[in-house]
Order: sequence, then C-alpha cells, then structure tokens
Amino acid sequence: MDFPLTIEPVMLKYLVHFIIGIAFGAALEMSGFAISTRLAGQFYFKDQTVLKVMFGAVVTAMVLIFWFVAMGWLDYERIWVNPTYLWPGIVGGLIMGVGFIIGGFCPGTSFVSAATGKLDGLWFALGVVGGVLLFGETEPLFHTWWYSSYYGRLTLFEVFGTSYGVMVAIVVIMALLMFWGADYLERKVGGYTTGWTRPAKWGFGLLALAALALPLFGEPSVDELWARVAPEMEPKLQAREVYIHPGELMEARYDERFRTVVLDVRSEADYNLFHLRWAHRAEMDDLPAWARRIKKDPRLTVVVLVSNDDQAATEAWKTLVALGVPNVYILDGGINHWLDYFAKDDPRIHPLSLTGGAASERLRWDFDYALGETSPAADPVPDWGWHEELLEEFQPKIKLELPAGPSGGGCG
Amino acid sequence: MSATTSAQPEPKPKPQPKPYVNPYVGGLLLGLVLFLSFLLTGSGLGASGGVNRIAVFFEDLIAPGHVDRNPYLAHMAGGDANPLLNWTVFVLLGAMVGGFLSAKLHHRWEVATYKGPRISVRTRWILAFVGGLIMGYGARMARGCTSGQALSGGAVLSAGSWAIMMAIFGGAYALAYFLRKVWN
Repeated sequence: MDFPLTIEPVMLKYLVHFIIGIAFGAALEMSGFAISTRLAGQFYFKDQTVLKVMFGAVVTAMVLIFWFVAMGWLDYERIWVNPTYLWPGIVGGLIMGVGFIIGGFCPGTSFVSAATGKLDGLWFALGVVGGVLLFGETEPLFHTWWYSSYYGRLTLFEVFGTSYGVMVAIVVIMALLMFWGADYLERKVGGYTTGWTRPAKWGFGLLALAALALPLFGEPSVDELWARVAPEMEPKLQAREVYIHPGELMEARYDERFRTVVLDVRSEADYNLFHLRWAHRAEMDDLPAWARRIKKDPRLTVVVLVSNDDQAATEAWKTLVALGVPNVYILDGGINHWLDYFAKDDPRIHPLSLTGGAASERLRWDFDYALGETSPAADPVPDWGWHEELLEEFQPKIKLELPAGPSGGGCG
Repeated sequence: MSATTSAQPEPKPKPQPKPYVNPYVGGLLLGLVLFLSFLLTGSGLGASGGVNRIAVFFEDLIAPGHVDRNPYLAHMAGGDANPLLNWTVFVLLGAMVGGFLSAKLHHRWEVATYKGPRISVRTRWILAFVGGLIMGYGARMARGCTSGQALSGGAVLSAGSWAIMMAIFGGAYALAYFLRKVWN
C-alpha cells in the first residue's frame, strides 16, 4: 500500500495540490468548459459536451483507482470518500442545478472562465463568493438539519450490496450507454454528423474490458498484502521493535497525545476469566472490519494487540499491518507477562505451573472465578506506589506515525 | 453562440484560436488528473471549498468577532486559525493559473461575454451573478460542488456524491425549459 503518499512538510503537499490544480484548470479549459453557452447547451439537448467530459472523467478515474486498489497499491480507506449527508446534499444539488441553468457555470468552471478573460465567468465567480458568504451567515438557522441524514462514509457498492468490482462494471456500462445516447442526440437534435471514430471505439472497448475484468480479478487477500510489506516489516518483528512492555501499555492508556485501542484476540473463555478493562475482544476474522474502523477515525490511534503469550497477537499484527493500519504494537509476552507484574494487585489471581513454552498461548494464571475486567490488575494506574517504579524499567518503543489522510474533501 | 469582444487595438494579426479537444479526450485528461490527485494526495479535486476559505479569510479580516461567534465560520477561521491553509485553496489557485496558461497557449484568451442571442450583455452579467450566488449557496449546502462532489466523490463511489450529481442534473433540466430564451 504505497499510495496515497504521505507528503511532508505540509507546504510541499500544498505545492503538489497547486500543480494538480494547474492540470485541472488546463483540462477544463481544453474541454471548452470556460464557455458558458457550451456548458448550458447540455440542457437543451444540443451539445452533450458536459455529460461526455464529466462521465468520461469519472469513469476514467474510477477504473484506475479501483484497479490500483485491487492490485494493493492504493489504500481505499485512506483516500477521501465524501461522507453522505443525504438531504442537505440533494437539496444543495437541486439549488446548484438552478444556479447552473441561470448562470451557465459551476464554481470551478467560472473561476477558470474568469482566468481566460470571460466577463460572464467573472460575474458568476463573484456571485459564487457572495453565495458562500451568504451560506456562512444563514447556516446557524438550519444548523441541525444541515447535519441530519448522516450516513458517514457510505459507498455506492454498500448501498447496492455488491463488491466494488461489480459496481465499477455497472457504472462503466451505464456511462457507455449514456455516451451512445448522447451521440445519438447530438446527431438528431444538434445536427452533428460525427460518429465514433476508430480510436474512440478502441478507447471504449478498452474501458469496458478493464471494467468487466475487475470483478473477476477480485480483491487482494490479506496474505498477498502481507507478502508485499513483509520485507519492510519482518525485520521490525525480528528486532522486537513493536513489542511493548506491560508498563508502556499501562502508561499509554493515560497518554493524551493519542487514543489507545487494545484488541484482545484470545478465546472468549480466556477473555471472560480476565481481560484489560479497556480491551475489545476481536476474532481474527473481525480484524479487517477493525482495520477499516480504525483507519476511518481521524484521531491519532495506537493499536495494541494482546493474546496470552504473543504468538497469536503477532499473527493479528501482520493482518492489521498488511491492511495498512499505522501505529500497531503487540503486548510483549501477552497477558501472562502482564500478570507477572500486576497479579500482585489482586489476591484472587494465582500462578499456574504449566509445561509447554511461550508458544503454547495458554493462560499461565488461575482465577478464583471469572474476573473479567473487575480486577485491579485489569486497569492499573501509573502513579500508584510501585507502578511508578515499573515505569523506569523499560525502554519506550511507541513511535507515533501520522496516517496520510483522508484529510478532507472539496467541501473544505 | 455569440461573443462580444471589447475593442482592443491589435499590433499584429491575431493567431487563430485552436479548436477545443474532443469531449472524450477532455474527459480522459480530466480523469487522469483526478486519478493522480487521489494517488498522490488521497484527496480529489475541488473548487467551492477554496472559494469558501478565501471568502471567509476576508470576512475574518473585516469582522473577526463575528467569525468567532458563528460556529460554522469559527471552525475555519476562529481565533488564530488561517482559513487559507487548506488544500482546496491551492487547487483553486492552480486551476486559475492552468486555465489562464491553457487559454494563452491555445490563443483562446480574450475579454468576452458569452450569452444567448436574445439577451443583452448587461442581462447576461446580472444572470451570471445571480446564478453564481445560487450556485455558491447550493455548493456549500451540499458540502461541495460539481468538482468536489460529483467528480471526485463520483469517482470513488461515494453514495452521497452520486445523489448530489443526480440532483444537479435534475435541477438544471427541470428549470431549463423556463430559461430557454436566455440561452437559445
């Protein structure tokens, strides 16, 4: 998962956006989008340029994006997918449609048009500035409604209950049918004589092929994703750079620079006997869902994986790292090692002598009854007496790595 | 389609403006730019977000107290926050530079007003301003315009963005009949 890039410092990132903006403006101008009459012609069935350019761009970008996702090069969870606020979106969209047919531009095209000397573009752009200011002033009047019908990061393939591959194929087929209809209309109503040229036919054929092959290709498995990052990540495991001492985990809970998510991957029975108070139990099969949830959250998050020893947690670590979750750590020695320190806080916990080394992933402790999270050992506080001494015993290993987005959409 | 060009003395004969690219080629180019934006930065394209932040920047210069008291505005420019330090501003400025360069290179830069044949230039300007006002308002309400929602959200298959895209086309087609004399 090399993409999207993490570009630092932020000013360099802004420079990249500026250069992309130049290409954006040039592409709009070259398509004739600086000319209002050409844009408005769309709505009188004469000139289908708007539809062709817009859907052409959407399907081109979409097919490339989802092929890069399928190849495991681009992390879909880390790109910005506009969150859905259904009704404010629909009402806002209808209002935009009205503004478009009255004024002949959308915001982006009007600014580009103004930059090419068109005075109607300039007046429209000034109107847009007025409109956004007016919205800022009136937003408090319907603030609650503006945040209503919120569905979060909802995708079209979730709505239709398909895979992204099937959805991409459907959208491309729909777009090709619309292109065909648009050219038909241009010949009938607009009086154009052009049919599809040979390069156009090749282009559309290639597009259809790429889209239809995507659902057959499927998504990369966790093993394939791990194989890709293993050369970089395996040495970290060997050097035990990601195994944190129980004292560091205790302290992390009270560190206000980040949020700590503890995932306990043990069996339900062991979890019920004893678990850390702030731990969530996670089945191995649930880890992809956890990865999505963690990556969507804008808060800086440290994930700590816990098993009885640390074998199972290491397997879980590989899964989360393969799925692109940043800042993932493993509790060194697991719950068994944790209780080596904290069992003394609770007389109901007794050591068991077991044969079979650390790889056995068996709980080496006995409990008077299932304590769950009710034990003081489940939630030790750093500044309690002897715990403070413990904090001096280990080398801290958590290094915060900032995830690369999604940072926000065009709604700014 | 008619253009009113302001009279400017030309020292030498003006080169002929080059024709626009085929719309499908335009779509391909725009799609590649959009894809690169997601690949490199994780975000798509946008325009109204940048307009918004520049507008709020000036509002904050004039009436900082007012901005601080409105939670929607304070989110962008409250206290010491600089609303211009946002990627949407840089994309918008880049787009203007790109549009200018492309128009110059293709000999399409001209001071002109495009309008339907039946209305005056003044009417066209007024309609453009009013249309812009409505467009700006709707774009903020929908949390993004044709670029930030329809194009960018459409390409990454955001459900809300597709609803907005349909609504934009729906709104424009629904009203097109009543404004036919403006454009035809």
